[in-house]
Amino acid sequence: MPMQAEDIETMIREAIPDAEVTITDLAGDGDHYAAHVVSESFRGQSRVNQHKAVYAALGGRMGGVLHALQLTTAVPTS
Amino acid sequence: MTDATHERIEKTVKDNDVVLFMKGTPLFPQCGFSSRAIAILDRLGVAYDSVDVLQDMEVRQGIKTYSDWPTIPQLYVKGEFIGGSDIMMEMFEAGELETLMDEKQVAKAEAE
Repeated sequence: MPMQAEDIETMIREAIPDAEVTITDLAGDGDHYAAHVVSESFRGQSRVNQHKAVYAALGGRMGGVLHALQLTTAVPTS
Repeated sequence: MTDATHERIEKTVKDNDVVLFMKGTPLFPQCGFSSRAIAILDRLGVAYDSVDVLQDMEVRQGIKTYSDWPTIPQLYVKGEFIGGSDIMMEMFEAGELETLMDEKQVAKAEAE
């Protein structure tokens, strides 16, 4: 079963409490999402490590049930 | 992952300046993310090699352990894991990928 957008958002927020999470359903099929995650905790981290933190929050689902999640990460600008 | 698979992946990563582990081939990518990664490398005009993980289940699983990264494609430059297609796109749009290739003195693709 594909994941619901709210479930993805909840899992990321639980692991990264200050995260601003924006989920976009790319294809309207509940299976292809884009996630944009903004968190102060990313500051000073490489992009690879920022993405790894989100993947860790998703508990191994990335690449499995979440085979088509486009991910972008950022630190807050202000 | 067996030691033999790990060694095989490591040799591939070390022996090639730029290598993309992908689904399918540059001419016939088998997923949108791999297709996007190839498009970026072509735009950069660098010489690269690719490994089709669909042809080798051990590499397909092993590369995820090797990099501690759950998805494919995966880009390596001079032995260093750079990221997947999302990171490639972010870096490409920011001009960082071109800078990285220059700094690492990666060869350009030969004009045909």
